[in-house]
Amino acid sequence: MTSDTVRAAPRLTPGTVPKIPPSRRRRLGDLPVAALFILPAAVGFAVFYLWPAVRGVYLSLTKYNVLTPPRFIGLDNYERLLGDHLFWNALKVTGEYVLINIGTQTVISMLLAVLLYRLTKSMLVRGIVLLPYLVANVVVALVWFWMLDFQLGVVNNVIEWLGFDRVAFFGSDWAIPTIAGINTWRHMGYTALLIFAGLQMIPPSVYEAAAIDGASEWRTFWRVTLPLLRPVMALVMVLSVIGSFQVFDTVAVTTGGGPINATRVIYFYIYDQAFNRFNFGYAAALSSVLFVLLAGIAYLQMRLSRAAESDLRGS
Amino acid sequence: MKRSLAVACAAALLLTGCGTSQEGDKPAAAGPATIDYWLWDTAQQPQYQACADAFHKANPNYTVKITQYGWDDYWNTLTTGFVSGTAPDVFVSHLSQYPQFASQGQLLPITDQVKRDKVDLSIYQDGLADLWVTKDGQRYGLPKDFDTVAVIYNTEKLKEAGLKPAEMAELSWNPQDGGTYEKAIAHLTVDKNGKRGDEPGFDKKHVATYGLGLNGSGDAFGQTEWSEYAMGNGWNYADQNPWPTRFNYADPKFKETIKWFTSLIDKGYMPNLDIVSSGVGQIDAYGAGKYAMVTEGSWNTKTYWALKGVKSALAPTPIGPTGKRASVFNGLADNISANTDNPDAAWAWVKFLGSPACQEEIVAKQAIIFPAIKTATVKAEQAFADAGIDVKPFTTHVQNGTTHLAPIAEHWAEIKATMTETMESIFAFKSDVNALDQANATINGLFG
Repeated sequence: MTSDTVRAAPRLTPGTVPKIPPSRRRRLGDLPVAALFILPAAVGFAVFYLWPAVRGVYLSLTKYNVLTPPRFIGLDNYERLLGDHLFWNALKVTGEYVLINIGTQTVISMLLAVLLYRLTKSMLVRGIVLLPYLVANVVVALVWFWMLDFQLGVVNNVIEWLGFDRVAFFGSDWAIPTIAGINTWRHMGYTALLIFAGLQMIPPSVYEAAAIDGASEWRTFWRVTLPLLRPVMALVMVLSVIGSFQVFDTVAVTTGGGPINATRVIYFYIYDQAFNRFNFGYAAALSSVLFVLLAGIAYLQMRLSRAAESDLRGS
Repeated sequence: MKRSLAVACAAALLLTGCGTSQEGDKPAAAGPATIDYWLWDTAQQPQYQACADAFHKANPNYTVKITQYGWDDYWNTLTTGFVSGTAPDVFVSHLSQYPQFASQGQLLPITDQVKRDKVDLSIYQDGLADLWVTKDGQRYGLPKDFDTVAVIYNTEKLKEAGLKPAEMAELSWNPQDGGTYEKAIAHLTVDKNGKRGDEPGFDKKHVATYGLGLNGSGDAFGQTEWSEYAMGNGWNYADQNPWPTRFNYADPKFKETIKWFTSLIDKGYMPNLDIVSSGVGQIDAYGAGKYAMVTEGSWNTKTYWALKGVKSALAPTPIGPTGKRASVFNGLADNISANTDNPDAAWAWVKFLGSPACQEEIVAKQAIIFPAIKTATVKAEQAFADAGIDVKPFTTHVQNGTTHLAPIAEHWAEIKATMTETMESIFAFKSDVNALDQANATINGLFG
């Protein structure tokens, strides 16, 4: 996907596009074939995404406990949602998580990507960077949970050996930063590779030009690398922010939403309402709100970062 | 069914995605049949496999296929199974879960079968069989086991503290100063510098061994956390049990118990909630020597004895202000799904699981749990003794009538959610025990 955005760019420039007069028949002629190719994906999308989403919106207007048929109750679920302190708490906690997670993950990934790009061509190193991503989320969470255990964990033993007080990593103050950190650790390699792919798209000529102009390394990074990475970064950010909002398994495996409500992130709250408390209608309402929220955030991100445009023209 | 299946897919998609559901092959009612049986405890799987083999021998037509799911996944998988028609024929059920399944028509009542086959319900420990009768008088299960609570302590730490096992058996407790029970806990607590909890200069911020371990705030149940104190203080969960209509979480007796219990955290005798939630679990911390004693349920006994590097012994829960000890009395049974392919086969299997042939001849000898049948309990006690474990601290409650039924209520999931939040807040000292007033009002509001 990343390569397309950049490679497609030259084609947009006038002159390179072969001038074929647009003919109505020809366009129609492509349609059946195109439809045929899209069909498998479209069926999957309709059956597994579109239909459940529509059902979800309908269910959000009902009282439904799975085992008896849903009963239509209008907007009651949404009204309840506005007055539900746990919903607002979930939004707050999730927001905190996303900020910490995306902040650290983006900075570290960028650093990693630049290091990979400048220092090594070794496939082995690239593979190692990706390694945490290849381990299942639940396993990562469990291993860290053990290592960060207050009384038995290796991390706290090292902290105490260094002369500091032990840290309750999954206590109410630290739980969200800890969980955000664990997921940063898991995802940074993957994100770094995406950015790395973006770096490779930047033509060496612009760097040569910058070098001839006497730009320092620091300045080159800010003035050349970052601006040219923007479309790739926009994609990475949209994907990782949406992914980050969907944090669930790490919480489920470690804190289960506690202590008190410190880690009751929105996905976990939806799950709790649906599968532990059988309030499927209410859970569907929560999901619908989250859907609108995520769509809005993604739209804003795309607009603000002008993701569809590239600064690379006629290179 | 189809309609709800689509809905389940929609719901499940949120988390996992939904494949095609598998319709179990439906055998003819009279011919050979396979009975799908689910349980959650890996430690108990071998003994019930043995029962299944014996059952198959006695009824060659019936084969039992056992599937195990961990406790955390068990109920979700089961609910999804009910919706999609892939639920097992028979499954191990829990008192806190079965009321909502029964009220939604997912369980097959066995009232008539019990009458028809003249099943003798008096062979079970008193009260256990009645737990599985709902408000409308329908019976849903035959008791398979029971559990109570006791203190498990590290014998090495007890010796270091200069306490005698005989003293441990006679501890008493009250909500004002904690009695001899708190004195023992304080003396068993040791800080990093080797100072004990009852010595001057004890550093409560750097504790090496806590006198008493903690598993969590105990939500609405507190089975192994605080129920033994609260009920020894004359408190009950609700106005009646089973099927309460008013809960007692705002009762002064409960409040003073919780106030005392959380004061152990403040004194440094028990780990705080941050430590507990930043930990893998009470059993592992105890195994590593971080806790001198813990309060535990009988089902975990063997797990504690299997820990390497610690030697343990049992003591009964302390005598409360009522002059009596107390323990929650909980028990499991097997439920039959309402849409089982073969109700006759399922009933035959449930009846076998509730019979001496399974409980007395097989389960009791494994010394993992206490079977529900009175004569089998005695055999299990002997089997535990043969394994070097004196389980009298658990069974004393049954002999002396100091057991209190586990709460069996509608809306339990909602009650639990409300109490989890409130209790954790109290345990973290973010609110005081008067927050229970609000929680109790919310809970009673569920019952109209």
